[in-house]
Amino acid sequence: MSRALSSPNVAPAQAAARPALAVNNVEVIYDHVILVLKGVSLEVAEGGIVALLGANGAGKTTTLKAISNLLGAERGEVTKGSIEFRGERVDRLTPNDLVRRGVCQVMEGRHCFAHLTVEENLLTGAFTRRDSRADIAGSLEKVYHYFPRLKQRRASQAGYTSGGEQQMTAIGRALMARPSMILLDEPSMGLAPQIVDEIFGIVGDLNGRERVSFLLAEQNTMVALRYAQYGYILENGRVVMDGAASELADNEDVKEFYLGLSTAGRRSFRDVKHYRRRKRWLA
Amino acid sequence: MSFFFEVLVAGLLSGVMYALVALGFVLIFKASGVFNFAQGAMVFFAAATYAGLQQEHHLAAWIALPLALAAMVVLGLAIERVVLRPLVNQPQITLFMATIGLAFFIEGMSQMFWGSTPRGLSVGVEDQPFQWLSDRYNVNVSQFDVFAAVISGILVVLLALFFQRTRIGRALRAVADDHQAALSVGIPLQYIWAIVWAVAGFVALVAGLLWGARNGVGFSLTFTALKALPVLILGGFESIPGAIVGGLIIGASEKIAEVYLGPHVGGGIEGWFAYVIALAFLLVRPEGLFGERHIDRV
Ligand SMILES: Nc1ncnc2c1ncn2[C@@H]1O[C@H](COP(=O)(O)OP(=O)(O)O)[C@@H](O)[C@H]1O
Ligand SMILES: [Mg+2]
Repeated sequence: MSRALSSPNVAPAQAAARPALAVNNVEVIYDHVILVLKGVSLEVAEGGIVALLGANGAGKTTTLKAISNLLGAERGEVTKGSIEFRGERVDRLTPNDLVRRGVCQVMEGRHCFAHLTVEENLLTGAFTRRDSRADIAGSLEKVYHYFPRLKQRRASQAGYTSGGEQQMTAIGRALMARPSMILLDEPSMGLAPQIVDEIFGIVGDLNGRERVSFLLAEQNTMVALRYAQYGYILENGRVVMDGAASELADNEDVKEFYLGLSTAGRRSFRDVKHYRRRKRWLA
Repeated sequence: MSFFFEVLVAGLLSGVMYALVALGFVLIFKASGVFNFAQGAMVFFAAATYAGLQQEHHLAAWIALPLALAAMVVLGLAIERVVLRPLVNQPQITLFMATIGLAFFIEGMSQMFWGSTPRGLSVGVEDQPFQWLSDRYNVNVSQFDVFAAVISGILVVLLALFFQRTRIGRALRAVADDHQAALSVGIPLQYIWAIVWAVAGFVALVAGLLWGARNGVGFSLTFTALKALPVLILGGFESIPGAIVGGLIIGASEKIAEVYLGPHVGGGIEGWFAYVIALAFLLVRPEGLFGERHIDRV
């Protein structure tokens, strides 16, 4: 099944357009019995921002953790499908290997090291790097350039900084690994709208200037679609819709269901006529 | 007054040695949340190995020391690899029980290798007062106690620097704070745990040599090491400064109590007075003097 996808004899034109990250029909089971992802497929282009949308419990976090190989610590397991980063299978790697290859996750709820200072938090992000102190100091300055607030707070214990500052610390910490792709899980959670804008603005900057790709899991559909080029909507462990961000934002059903722009009660996408599943044929 | 001073100094100096043992516990607790009950057995094993190598195999100290160190590092790594790694994600009580089992295993092993008769152990400094201090100020301070305190002090400072200033030390504190987040930035937990256990083995060796030289190498070393418990209760399980200050307080107060309170209650309170202090303290400040408060702010 998935072997066909990774076969070397792809046409040159396709190879050029090969996405940085390809998730193919991934199934995830927790505790050996709880089936949570039921064949999720998605792609992130090199240098792109892709939004992974869906309600609470849809499986966004599970998808990101399947990619970053953080499921093990949660007794979860990828039982089917494959994950490729730059054409290489990565679904059996350790998180450490994956960070070295340039994929770093920023977890939902920030997960800063509460008793470490902001600067120490940032420096832990450079753990996998083998380059010189000067290079790491350079990266630190760069992070401070993007997040000037962190520079002011560099000596504070991260646990005592504000939610927005913690989110910035978590993103900055990931940047210190010099990733080419960041898996960003619900950065807007619990933050005031203007802080959310500030953070998304910086994400846009990082994408534009540093060429970092983002896979962005969000419940805040509106904001995510403003910054992403492409989006997937996840429901109950399946991708139920995908498309260019502008299309999704204009789609009546998305508006109705996720943006709350309709007076109709909340319905499932299953009831909506545009419902389709992508890559069914792969299963 | 000079007598009180003598007692106080003797107490503080032995306190530094308590702190050293306590540090072995703190290291492992901080990094992996495991209360390593086997730390005392490791101290005993270290001392028995060093003394055994010298006395059974007639090795010089400069050969016996690196060999004993190697044995302790290997023991630490083996414990992490064989016992704790397979138990990762298990409840804390399971891990704790595992270390109790481990304690008996290590004790048995050291008796198997080195026999069960207590041995003496010398580190080349005798438990004699400094002559010039006695002559000039009429105060008796043991040379050995000072030596042991200096060695312990150096080790404590080195460990603190390691924790605070190095890349591995920082990673170690990160792991202590949040396993998942540490994984997410590519810090391999097992590598960090292996380092911590190896360092704990090293700390156990130094503690074993010092305590072994002071009290002799025998089974009772295991219990001496458990004197670290009140130190931990006082200082908090996750704090290096706590272990140091806790050690000093316990050491000083138990000596002073023994000398000034002991005669009124029939003596022999040095053995358990530390636990009384610790219990009283526990009621007032359960997280310890320097225990890390949980930061709940979001
Ligand atoms: N460690 C776990 N063990 C069992 N079930 C889990 C675990 N983590 C998440 N789940 C379940 O998987 C589903 C998807 O969760 P999640 O991926 O966190 O969704 P989202 O991030 O979209 O809110 C939920 O129904 C949740 O209850
Ligand atoms: Mg989530």
